[in-house]
Amino acid sequence: MAELILSPNLTQADDFYADLVAAHEGLEKSESDAFNARLVLVLANHIGDNAILKQALEAAALKQE
Amino acid sequence: MNKIFEVPLYAYEASPDQSAPAPVRHKVIVVGAGPVGLAAAIDLAQQGVEVLVLDDNDKVSFGSRAICFAKRPLEILDRLGCGQPMVDKGVLWNKGKVFFDERQVYEFDLQPDSGDQRPAFINLQQYYFEQFLVDRVRELQAQGAPIEIRGRNKVEAVGTHPDHVKLEVETPEGSYTIEADWVIACDGAGSPMRAMMGKDFVGRVFEDNFLIADVIMEADFPSERWFWFDPPFNKGQSALLHKQPDGVWRIDLQLGWDIDKEREKRPENVIPRLKAMLGEDVNFELEWVSIYTFQCRRMEQFRHGRVIFAGDSAHQVSPFGARGANSGVQDTDNLCWKLKLVIDGKAPESLLDSYDQERIHGADENILNSTRSTDFITPKSQMSRILRDAVLDLSEHYDFARPMVNSGRLSVPCVYDGSPLNSADALNGPSQTRPGASCPDAPLGDDFLLPKLAGRFTLLTIDADAPDEIEVDGITVKRLALSVKDDPTLTLKRRYLGDATGAVYLIRPDQHVAARRDTYEENAFRHAVRRATGKE
Repeated sequence: MAELILSPNLTQADDFYADLVAAHEGLEKSESDAFNARLVLVLANHIGDNAILKQALEAAALKQE
Repeated sequence: MNKIFEVPLYAYEASPDQSAPAPVRHKVIVVGAGPVGLAAAIDLAQQGVEVLVLDDNDKVSFGSRAICFAKRPLEILDRLGCGQPMVDKGVLWNKGKVFFDERQVYEFDLQPDSGDQRPAFINLQQYYFEQFLVDRVRELQAQGAPIEIRGRNKVEAVGTHPDHVKLEVETPEGSYTIEADWVIACDGAGSPMRAMMGKDFVGRVFEDNFLIADVIMEADFPSERWFWFDPPFNKGQSALLHKQPDGVWRIDLQLGWDIDKEREKRPENVIPRLKAMLGEDVNFELEWVSIYTFQCRRMEQFRHGRVIFAGDSAHQVSPFGARGANSGVQDTDNLCWKLKLVIDGKAPESLLDSYDQERIHGADENILNSTRSTDFITPKSQMSRILRDAVLDLSEHYDFARPMVNSGRLSVPCVYDGSPLNSADALNGPSQTRPGASCPDAPLGDDFLLPKLAGRFTLLTIDADAPDEIEVDGITVKRLALSVKDDPTLTLKRRYLGDATGAVYLIRPDQHVAARRDTYEENAFRHAVRRATGKE
């Protein structure tokens, strides 16, 4: 089974983080929430593997193994 | 003008049973003459089983109620001899539009699935559906089939016994007692039979009200399904517009939980809502208005000794996805051949327990699907609404989000995976036709496959040898010999062979696959027949 990557995988981590924060600049809380929801859906579709996504849901929940 | 649902189609008439010195025993009594009860009765009568239908009313359903009938039930109705008039009368549609807020986010085309005789679904008022079933009952009666409907015969009490059921029946001329070897309770979601037997009906209540209105319009709206999320004319709620025969349109408006139902139902409150939706200058006439709430729930068991529940009396779903009447007809399709074998002494009574297993599996699938649709249409938390709206916003721009838009997943037949009647799959064939699946159709020149599989056990061979007939414990299995050459469209090959060069299928009377192998093996298929009839 494919495994979710939880080790560093972004080549330009600082750049992505800055882009993410910048994308929310000037947005109301409700607009930010909507933006995040759309982003999650876009990324999930790109991953396209339910097994990976389930692992991602668990990882995001910060549950201890 | 008299509407069909205002005319008594099975008016009360006194029966000799009412003055008999002792209770008359019938083979099967069906309680309820709705779509499910009538389908059950026709199925049994066609097989020569004596059946009596009791209904507390004498007319077809008032108002449209169920309107969307899917391919699989239409195929079953073909077997029951009344699919064609329904398809002829019904409205075919294949375009849908989805609106969010003030704009159309996308539209879709459901391409007709070539290779099937029947369309994915038709829209037809429930009263027509029932009328065609009653017509079929009359036709069977004219041919001498043992079927009878008694209008205004209301079951008031039930007594269950190991080998029969006793019913106390109220009529306009007083009450009488009758008995039956078997009773099929098809008396709807509020089932008095279920209540009289003290059986539970548990599940989830959805705190929402929907206004349903059937309007007769001269307007030239196209034959499309339009679904609105959060439209300007019904802020924060949903709406649906769908066409039925005779210029009748189904309008469904979500109203929310805290409303005054009686007030909302009054024409002076309904008409402004509809005008806001349809436009001020559209002329329409209200045919039927109702407000409904719904629940998703089922009985823990559908069979209770000699009383068997089918349709809404056994399981109830939200209306999104047209899974009510459609799944009820599939219940009776599953039940009636089993009951016939048990009545004839050709299968043990325990075969009927597989009805429970298979149709509970179906009901759970329907409840899951309709619950998911409901949760999408009426999000239950702030975050689920944010996610829902995100899907809708994305669907306007990107294809990928459209499959996530859930305004109802249309009823498809359930595959009886894990059923005790299935034999292990012994063909490296398509998953679509694995044991437990309902047979998909295929064109055979001017004809189609499914009508050739009707109503009995069949050994379907495709480019494979087998005897023309085998008999297993009194059950005759006839061969239907086909070749991939019979279908130049290669649908038969695609659906039944895949990469295999030949195949032998054992198909049940309800057109579900019981077993399949690459070649005929006498012993394996004898076991498969025994297994499919509850003997192994």
